[in-house]
This record gives sequence, structure tokens and C-alpha cells, in this order.
Amino acid sequence: MNPIKSKKVNDFYEALLRDLIRPDEAAFRQDRIRIQVGSATCELAAGAGEVLDELKKHIAASERDDIVVREVGCTGRCSREPLLGVVIPGRMPVTYEKADRELVHRVFIEHVQGGRPLYENMLDGPGRQISRREVLFCRSRRCLRPDGAGWERDFRDMLDRSGISREEIDILSASCFGACRGEAATDASTILVRPDKVLYRIRNRSDLEEIIESHLRRGEVVERLRWKLPPLNRSFFDLYGDVAFFNRQSRVSLRNSGVLDPESLAEYVNFRGFRALAVALGGGDPLWVIDQVSRARLRGRGGAGYPTGQKWIDTREPAAENRYIVCNADEGDPGAFMNRSMLESDPFNIVEGMIIGGFAIGAKKGFFYIRAEYPLAIARIQKAIDICREKRLLGKNIMDSGFDFEIEIRLGAGAFVCGEETALIHSIEGERGQPRIRPPYPSERGLWGEPTAINNVETLAGVTGIINYGCDWFRSLGTDKSGGTKVFALAGTIRHTGLVEVPLGTTLKEIVFEIGGGMPEGSEFKAVQTGGPAGGCLPLELIDLPVDYDSLNRAGTIMGSGGMIVLGQNDCMVDIAKYYLSFSQDESCGKCSPCREGTTRMLEILEKISAGRGTRREIENLERLAKLVKKSSLCGLGRAAPNPVLSTLTHFRDEYLAHVDDKRCPAGRCTGLLRYSVDPESCVGCGLCARDCPAACISGEKRRPHEIDQERCIKCGRCLEVCRFQAVKVS
Amino acid sequence: MNRSSTDNWPAVREASRKALPPAVLDFIEECREREHPKSALIAVLHRVQDECGHLGRDQLNAVAQLLQVPTARVYGAATFYHFFRLRPRGRFLISVCLGTACYVKGADQVNRRLMEELGVGLGETTADGLFSLETTRCLGTCGLAPVIMINDNVHGPLKPDDIPGLLERYIQRARKEEAGGKT
Ligand SMILES: Cc1cc2nc3c(=O)[nH]c(=O)nc-3n(C[C@H](O)[C@H](O)[C@H](O)COP(=O)(O)O)c2cc1C
Ligand code: SF4
Ligand code: SF4
Ligand code: SF4
Ligand code: FES
Ligand code: FES
Repeated sequence: MNPIKSKKVNDFYEALLRDLIRPDEAAFRQDRIRIQVGSATCELAAGAGEVLDELKKHIAASERDDIVVREVGCTGRCSREPLLGVVIPGRMPVTYEKADRELVHRVFIEHVQGGRPLYENMLDGPGRQISRREVLFCRSRRCLRPDGAGWERDFRDMLDRSGISREEIDILSASCFGACRGEAATDASTILVRPDKVLYRIRNRSDLEEIIESHLRRGEVVERLRWKLPPLNRSFFDLYGDVAFFNRQSRVSLRNSGVLDPESLAEYVNFRGFRALAVALGGGDPLWVIDQVSRARLRGRGGAGYPTGQKWIDTREPAAENRYIVCNADEGDPGAFMNRSMLESDPFNIVEGMIIGGFAIGAKKGFFYIRAEYPLAIARIQKAIDICREKRLLGKNIMDSGFDFEIEIRLGAGAFVCGEETALIHSIEGERGQPRIRPPYPSERGLWGEPTAINNVETLAGVTGIINYGCDWFRSLGTDKSGGTKVFALAGTIRHTGLVEVPLGTTLKEIVFEIGGGMPEGSEFKAVQTGGPAGGCLPLELIDLPVDYDSLNRAGTIMGSGGMIVLGQNDCMVDIAKYYLSFSQDESCGKCSPCREGTTRMLEILEKISAGRGTRREIENLERLAKLVKKSSLCGLGRAAPNPVLSTLTHFRDEYLAHVDDKRCPAGRCTGLLRYSVDPESCVGCGLCARDCPAACISGEKRRPHEIDQERCIKCGRCLEVCRFQAVKVS
Repeated sequence: MNRSSTDNWPAVREASRKALPPAVLDFIEECREREHPKSALIAVLHRVQDECGHLGRDQLNAVAQLLQVPTARVYGAATFYHFFRLRPRGRFLISVCLGTACYVKGADQVNRRLMEELGVGLGETTADGLFSLETTRCLGTCGLAPVIMINDNVHGPLKPDDIPGLLERYIQRARKEEAGGKT
């Protein structure tokens, strides 16, 4: 780890640790039973509030004082929330899914008090058994030496021969623990033993032998092989290492999400929070900070992927009175929610990242621009700022280093275009959020005409890790050109909806089929949409594509902010293109005509096509128009708006043709192309559909077959839903 | 009356102060102390909407006066941003999520059913003042898609057929509260 060079700053940091981390306080006591409940927007929407309430009642009623309830951020396991975690000292931590009052009751009685976990309700269970210990092998590409893959198998054999029962020890594999550093990774591999929180560096088979004999048989940790420096995300694996959805990810930006209480500075500091700031300020050299970030090959996570170190240099160089740093937390992509989760689950990390960035570029003031639709994120960031100010981590003479820095929050107000950096600047200045032509770039002329660095939330989230663990570590996580990990918001037609953090360069297949669990029962994979309204679709042929900025661009889409929507055979590609385009058209600020008029005309054509009134000529027009809008719009919104159309035209042209030639929607999604009719054979004439039809276009005498007037039918599908005799047919 | 002066600022100021709740006035004062006070316009509009439910004409004019920003700029901002509401909202504000995940899972059918059941379009309020219907993009709860939010409560996953029952629950709640309020 990089050292804290200045004595003054180091003293401040040590004093902060002593002040905040009191081993006798409940949150830090390892001898207590800890029960964790999520407290992010998604958890609360799923019912975490009730879970918490029920839990508190039970604890009060039991009169036990050795149980601590902890409210933590969200892990990103959206479709299984609310989660409920039970950590009993010396036992394997257990996470339950879809908790409600009833489950809390049972967990409390049977597991917390009775010591018997409820296997059938475990996250990613059911029916998974818990052994006394688990050994997790790193199966990352970097850790796998030529013979590395064999170790796990050898270990199984050794274990069998040792006579230790397999009920005792479970063997799992995980993605990178973040322990490896550059060259060291090539001669060793890493294993984690849960719940003992011990991470070993193993170099050969006799190391494994020793761990079995000493640790697994006698319970004595092999100190010789132990990693002295706990890696960045070990705590995450301590808690969630058994869950397949999590242990295949590399949690760097999300390392604290679902692990610590987002409102507690003490907990954050306990996980090395504000150490990176101490390293940066203690070194006293902003250029060193920038150099670390550049060499880590951190690139902007907000969409365009501009190298962050370069952006900081660009902002630092011009002579100016003031400089600003802005965190772009507008998260406009309608299918992305990772920034929200980070702000809500680990706010101090983003604040710390911003202070370090401010120091690097020579700013005295920073702004968070957060969308108003995220009230909890706003509240958490505000609270973090207030606490930091109180502890002199913000304000004058931060950490006794002589550096002054302040942060203020500004709210968005529901305009997607304000995520664009020049529009964002206008919005902070209190104007209508309309973009302007670049250059000059904000790094030269930004807020109030001064140099301004605009960084996405996730970009800033990566900074603390780089400063603490060094640029080589971060770079080695990603690809040649882009270091580190990326968080994706996986949603749509997929088994596991949620947040997935993987090293850049991970294939689509791994993300969708391994971590995301593939398609739900009865669905067939069709495409993945990345980059939201500015991106495009990737068909099955490209499933082995490594996901990074450059390969996505080559495939005709973009990384974007990380929305990843999986589509199945029941999703219509024309409809999806129409959805994104209507979004862009709606959000166009109207300043330039190619975007304002172009998107409107394109949407008209798409609407005609999906209503069965399109022609081949119009597909050509659509394509021409799309290219024109892309070329001639003023800002990124207009320039990217045609992407969803162009990419679906490239990969799924046959679906467009089916709509215009055969007047058929292969996915059955475009309602305008549906035809509802009553099958006279099955209709008993109950009249239910006629009563419910909003267009009043179903007629017939009682107990006689009814009929639908096709002219007036608005294809709402109500008749199909209400008929109890399956007499309504749709084609 | 002093005929040599056309300065009506004290009167305008007084009238403007009357149009806004005290919390907003305090906030404006606070902003005027800071650097770049005019940049606080959007923050002020947020406060007004929080306190009053919407941005009325009197309030917009008052903000323009007190913040010393041209009225046209205030209206410009208020109409540009979707989040600001220029008309009063109903007692229950229904926001239908039309984010991608919700859309893929059928949010537009839910939306259509809501419009039918309520008999209003988007951005409108029912005649009885009970429900306003709006759309939003991704509430950040895609795991529950498709979702709608009624005031602060998220409901999901929903099918169109769940809508009548859900609305009925809110109607009942309003009735109960009214009955409770009377006694
Ligand atoms: C229409 C439009 C919307 C955007 N929305 C966002 C957004 O919500 N969040 C974001 O970080 N960047 C967004 N961007 C990209 C920003 O302009 C900018 O590139 C980014 O914030 C820079 O930060 P980064 O270098 O850390 O990625 C958007 C761009 C455009 C053209
Ligand atoms: S491209 Fe669209 S959003 Fe961008 S400035 Fe032009 S009209 Fe506005
Ligand atoms: S689809 Fe709707 S409008 Fe058409 S007949 Fe059925 S209920 Fe009536
Ligand atoms: S609901 Fe079904 S059975 Fe009844 S009248 Fe309609 S089509 Fe016939
Ligand atoms: S710990 Fe194995 S690759 Fe990082
Ligand atoms: S798309 Fe509706 S909650 Fe995310």
C-alpha cells in the first residue's frame, strides 16, 4: 500500500482512527451477533422497512443484549431483495432472500436463537447446505498460472485423502479477490477461508497440504502463508463469498455496498476510509496523484471513456483564478441505477474520491449534481458532507495538510440532457440546461467560465482504491487500454436482475449467462442492449465479445454508463428502437433542428412501421435520416439518438422487414399488428368481454357468439384477459 | 408619496414575501449570501415545489423578484425541467415508471390501464382531485419491474389487472381519512 508521507497528516489520520474506532462499541465488537438489513431505495421499495421493524421487535422481546442490528447499503441483488444477513461469531455468515415479517420471525427463532439456518430461504439457495468452513479458490485469469487450474482439483483429492469430511469443508471458486499485484500474481494463487477471514497466498501443492493439516484439521492458521495486507474487497467476500451471483464478480467500486452502514464514518474509516486522502494530501504532490490515476488507466465511467488522468491535467493546466470539480450524478439512462446504489450505499467513498480529485486539479470547490429523483442518495451525500466537515475532512486545512476544499450539492430537475457536460454546467449556473458547442471543453471553460473537471460517480469511486493500492494493481484488473472494473445494471429478460461489477474485458457471455444466470424459463436469448438511448444491440453472434470501451464501439454500440438490458424472443427489436428513440425525442432540448426535427420524423416512421403501415421505402428513409441526425446534431444526445435504430437495422433487419412486408410482429409485441377475434365455437356468449371492452366494439346477443368490430378495436387486449372460456384469439 | 422616486421595491418585496412560505424565504436569504446567488434558482424552485406542491404564477414572480433574476429566466427554467409542476397535483401522485426495465416488462400496458381507469391523460388530475398521473424514468427498483409509485410508495411488479384494486385501496384510504377528519 502507498504510504502516508507527511507526519502531520499521518498524525491526523491516526487520531481519526483512535477517535472513531472504539473496539468496545457495538458496531465493532466481533463477539456480537450481527443482523443486517438493507437500507437503499431498492431495498426499502421491496419492504426492508417492515423487515427492520419486525427484527427490532423480536430483539426487544428476547431481551438479548448481544445482538446488533445493522442497516447496510444495497448489494445490487435487486430481484431477491429484501436481503437479511445473519452473522454469528465463528459461524458462516448467512444471507436470506425475499425477507418479510414471517421470515424474520422464523429466522430469529430458528437460526439466531436456535442455531439452525433455514436452508430453503437462503440467497441463491434453496437447499444449499452450509458447511463449517468454505475454501474459495481465485479463478481469475491472472491468478491461474499454467498449472493453477489444477490446484482446485488437487485440493479436492487431498481433502478426500485426509479423511476430513466434505460436510465440514466446502470448495468454491470466486473471481479475483483483488489481492494480486502485477507480477506477484504469476507465481502464486490466492485462496480464502471462510468464515475465518483468512486469505492465503499459495505457491505449490505442499502449501495446500499444510493448510489442510493445520488450518482445516486443527484450526490453526498457517501464518507463514497468510496475506498480511487484507485486500480491498475481502470484507465483501467474508459476507457474501458463498453466493454465486457475487463471488463471480470483482467488487472494487461496490466493495462496501451491503457491507457497511452508509451513514457511519466510523465504519467507513474502519475499512480504510480516508486513508487514500491521507496518502494524497500527505504526499503533497497533485501531479503524483494524477500520474497514479493516469497509469492506472482509469477511464471515465459516464459514457465516453475519456482518460481521467488526462482530463485532470487538462483542467489543471490553464491559468485561472478558480477551478471546480463536478461529480455527474444525473444518471439519465432510463435503465441504469448503479450510480444511485453507490451514492446510497457508500457515499463517503465518492466524497473522498472527489476531494482527492479536487486536490489533484487544484480546485477549492466541488459540486455534486444529483438528479432530484434520487432523494435518498441526496440525503446520504449531504449527511456525508456534513460529517466530513465536522471531522475536518472538508473545509479549511483538511487533515492538517493546508489544503482547503468545500463541497455543495446541486439538484437536477428531470432533464436527461443535463447529464451532458455543457448542459450540466448551465444547469448548475441556474439556467435552462441546454448544451453548447464544444470546444472549448469544460476543462478549459466550465462553471462560471473557469476550468472544470466533470467526472462520473463511478469514476470517482475508483480513485480511492488506486491511491491506496497503487496504479499497477488497478491497471492489472482490466484490459491493456482500460484499467479496473465496470459496474453494469443488468435488467430486462434475465434471471438475476441486479448490479454486476466485473473487470473490463469480461465477456458478455460471462456477464449474462454466468453471473446473470441466463434467461428465465421459457425465454430464448435474442440480444443485449448496452449504452441505453445512446447505445445499440448486440446479437447472439457477439456473445463472446469482451466488454470494454473499444470492442463495444467496434461492434456498433457503446459502453455508456452501464445499463445492460437483456432481450428475449418475446421482445421486438423495432419496439425497442422505438422506445429509445421516443425517449431521446422527448428529452431533446430543442436547441438544434437536426435533433429536434430529425428524432420526431424518425419516431413517426417507426410508429408507422410498428402499426403495420410502413414500407420498405420508409426503412430506407429512416436509415438516411438516422445517419443525418447522427452527423449534424449539436450535442451527444442528438448524435447518439439514432444508434438504437441503426444497430437494430444492422443486426435485426429481418424483423423490420416482417413488420413492413408481412405486417407481422415476430415477437408479438407491437399491438398495432395484433388482431383480436372471437372463436364462435368456444364463445358461450357470457358478455363479459363486451362489458369490459373500453372501445365498446364487441357485440352479440346473450348466450350467442360475440363479435369484434375490427375497425374500432384499439387492441388493448382486455377481452383476451377477461374471457374465461379461451374464446378470444389473437394473431 | 414621494413623487421624485419611482422606486417601488419595498412594496414589490413585501408582496413577493407574502407569496412564499417562510422556509423558502429563509432559503433565498441564505442563497443571497453565497457566491453566485443567481445560480440557486433551480434549488429555490425545488424548495417552492416541496412546500407548495407546485409552482404557481405568484410564486414564480416572487422568486424572480427576490432572487433578482429576470422573470423570463425563471419561467424558462420552470418550463424546461420536467420535474417542475406548474399546476396543482392531486392528493395521490401516481408516477408510472417507463424506464427500460419496466418498459420491457410491460409498463406501457399498465400505463394504458391507469389512463383508462382514471379517465385522465398523462400530466392530468382526476376531477375529484384524488389522483394525478405522471411518468418517470427508472425509479431505481428495476428488480420489481414494472413498478409505479403512488406518493412515496413503490408498487410492483404489477399487471394491468392489479390496477383497479390498487386504486380502490387508495380511494378507501382517502374516504377513511376524510371520515376520521370529520369526527
Ligand atoms: C445526453 C447525454 C447525457 C449524459 N448523461 C450522463 C449521466 O447521466 N451521467 C454521466 O456521468 N455522464 C453523462 N453523460 C456524459 C457526460 O457528458 C460526461 O462525458 C461525463 O460525465 C464525464 O465523466 P467521466 O469522464 O467520468 O465519464 C451524458 C452525455 C450526454 C451527451
Ligand atoms: S442535439 Fe438535441 S439535445 Fe443536443 S443541443 Fe441539439 S436539440 Fe439539444
Ligand atoms: S382488444 Fe380491447 S378494444 Fe379490441 S375488442 Fe378486445 S377489449 Fe375491445
Ligand atoms: S367473454 Fe369469452 S365467452 Fe364471454 S362473450 Fe366474450 S368471448 Fe364469448
Ligand atoms: S486474487 Fe486472483 S486474480 Fe486477483
Ligand atoms: S426501469 Fe422502472 S424501476 Fe428501473
